[in-house]
Amino acid sequence: MSQPTTQRDKRTAAPSGSDRTPPKTPRASSWASMPLPVRHLLLAVLGLVGVTGLLFVTGDLTALRIAAVGYTMLAVAGLQLLVGGSGQVSLGHGAFMMIGAYTMALLVLHQPMLPLAANLGIIVVVSIIAGIAVGAATARLHGPYLAGATLILAVGLPGLTHRYHDLLGGSNGLNIRTAGAPPFLQDLLSTSEWRALVVWTTVVIGLAVLATISSGRLGRRMRAIRDDETAAAMAGVPVGKTKVVAFVIASTAGGLAGGLQAYVLGTVTPSSFTLVLSLTLLAALVLGGIGSLWGALWASIAIVYLQIWAGDLAGAMNLSRDAENNLPIVFFGVVLILVLRFWPLGVHGALQSLRARLRARES
Amino acid sequence: MTHFINLTLNGLASGAAYAALALSLVIIYQATRLVNFAQPALALVAVYAAYTVTQLTGSYWIGFASALIVGMAAGALVERVIIRPIAKTSQLNAIIVTLGLLLVIQGGVGMVWGNEQHGFRYAFSYVGRFSPADTFALVSVGVVALLLFAVYRFTPFGLRMRAAAFHPESARLSGVKVGLMLTAGWGIASFIGALAGMLAGPPFLSPNVFDVVFVFGITAAVVGGLDNPFGAVIGGLLIGLGMSYVSGYLGPELATLSALAIVVIVLSVRPDGILSRPTARKV
Repeated sequence: MSQPTTQRDKRTAAPSGSDRTPPKTPRASSWASMPLPVRHLLLAVLGLVGVTGLLFVTGDLTALRIAAVGYTMLAVAGLQLLVGGSGQVSLGHGAFMMIGAYTMALLVLHQPMLPLAANLGIIVVVSIIAGIAVGAATARLHGPYLAGATLILAVGLPGLTHRYHDLLGGSNGLNIRTAGAPPFLQDLLSTSEWRALVVWTTVVIGLAVLATISSGRLGRRMRAIRDDETAAAMAGVPVGKTKVVAFVIASTAGGLAGGLQAYVLGTVTPSSFTLVLSLTLLAALVLGGIGSLWGALWASIAIVYLQIWAGDLAGAMNLSRDAENNLPIVFFGVVLILVLRFWPLGVHGALQSLRARLRARES
Repeated sequence: MTHFINLTLNGLASGAAYAALALSLVIIYQATRLVNFAQPALALVAVYAAYTVTQLTGSYWIGFASALIVGMAAGALVERVIIRPIAKTSQLNAIIVTLGLLLVIQGGVGMVWGNEQHGFRYAFSYVGRFSPADTFALVSVGVVALLLFAVYRFTPFGLRMRAAAFHPESARLSGVKVGLMLTAGWGIASFIGALAGMLAGPPFLSPNVFDVVFVFGITAAVVGGLDNPFGAVIGGLLIGLGMSYVSGYLGPELATLSALAIVVIVLSVRPDGILSRPTARKV
């Protein structure tokens, strides 16, 4: 890789929080000397332990919300890698969630003896195929053209459920029943707590993989392409291939998230995968902070809890149903515009600059 | 054969609306180098305004006029207040801001007018093969396109608009108020977008009524070349015809996905649309 590209790469990678200044304490240095995948897996286990603890102190309803935060986070993290990493704006992320969700529903309905892990594996394969198809078809499109093409995908795909009404159930969608906690755990965990755990186990593994990719060679290549396609090509980065791979990774994360959503909610309908979903995912990503996977966490919390708060607010203020349903959408739109105007690095960027300021005061 | 002729005539009529929407996208793209994803939302506001005015006054044509005026004002306002501060930062940010605007306006319309469908009448009777409403659609879009061409080509105002779009720096040096021209461009584009909305909205209005129309509009603009107003009009009519045939022979659910196929195929062969000339790039 040529000198200018590496320099630029370092500069843009810095806000992502993965590259810190050389550690000073011995404890930190043993942490830093571990290989990246191990570090990410340890963080993932830590995250899972945290979520489990949270599940035990909260109720059943919160368990469902925690699960929702989980799968939304996986979807947003995939989008983060695509938009923040490789700079391709996809407005069709909801379409991949839809593919995953319907795959899950069809598998549960028609192959009921398959275990959940096998279902998730098949969803990964299906999402990879879908990602390759869309990514290869759109590899030559850039900027607004790519955004337009993926927008068409997001609007058009739900129409297929009407076309294949018998298989996909039309606008009523499909309802599925999945097994709850295994017998030996039933005293300990309720069904929704078990589901939340399954979701988060998948999510943390997915996030560890995404984090490893993002800080590895592939991630560097993506950022090089995002910053300057011509320069990246000059430096020997295979531009087309890397773009398609980014697309495939994002679609896999989206598909898995959709599959988990179907597993938790037990129902899939075309009306839950509209253009608004895709736009909300993108909006939340920008709100959370487009440069970092941490942004995905804030984003998914915002998506899940805004819906709930809007309901509470509308109830408290006696607003109409129309106002209640549209409040989150309007909020996301306003946030999208304001954040980009005044706070372009999102919540995560703001937290980081706060931390930097505190550290500067200490020294 | 009659089926084919009916589909052709229907396709031309709906193609007029797509052409108008594509034209509004192209005007903004030429002026600001930005695909305005909020264009269907601006049209939505205009059409809902027409709906309310028509209900209050009882006259469709007062409603029609107010739609065009509201559309124009909304476009100019959006450029001035929201787009201008952000357009300089990056293309990605500008795209995302128009998407934010789309969310705000769609949600806002849903809050004010409700998510349910409202009946909304056509300008003229829509009964029969090539109805008066269809004729009106084609004629109005044709007249607007010709007027636009005449203004751009033959008036000093049009010359200033073109100068501001193609060479903002030198235009500014020769005394053209570039900012004002940008606002005017957005106003004109949203005026045409509102016209497209009035043609494509009936018989029912709902906050996401223009999602599919926008898909065809952007397909038309991309196929014709985002840089080329003629391409937009021709692309709109072609997409109208193509979608009419797909809906008639294969099923309406496949229309949007075949639009995607068209976009992908056209752009893979010609990355900047059919009618655009390849741009020279300085290295």
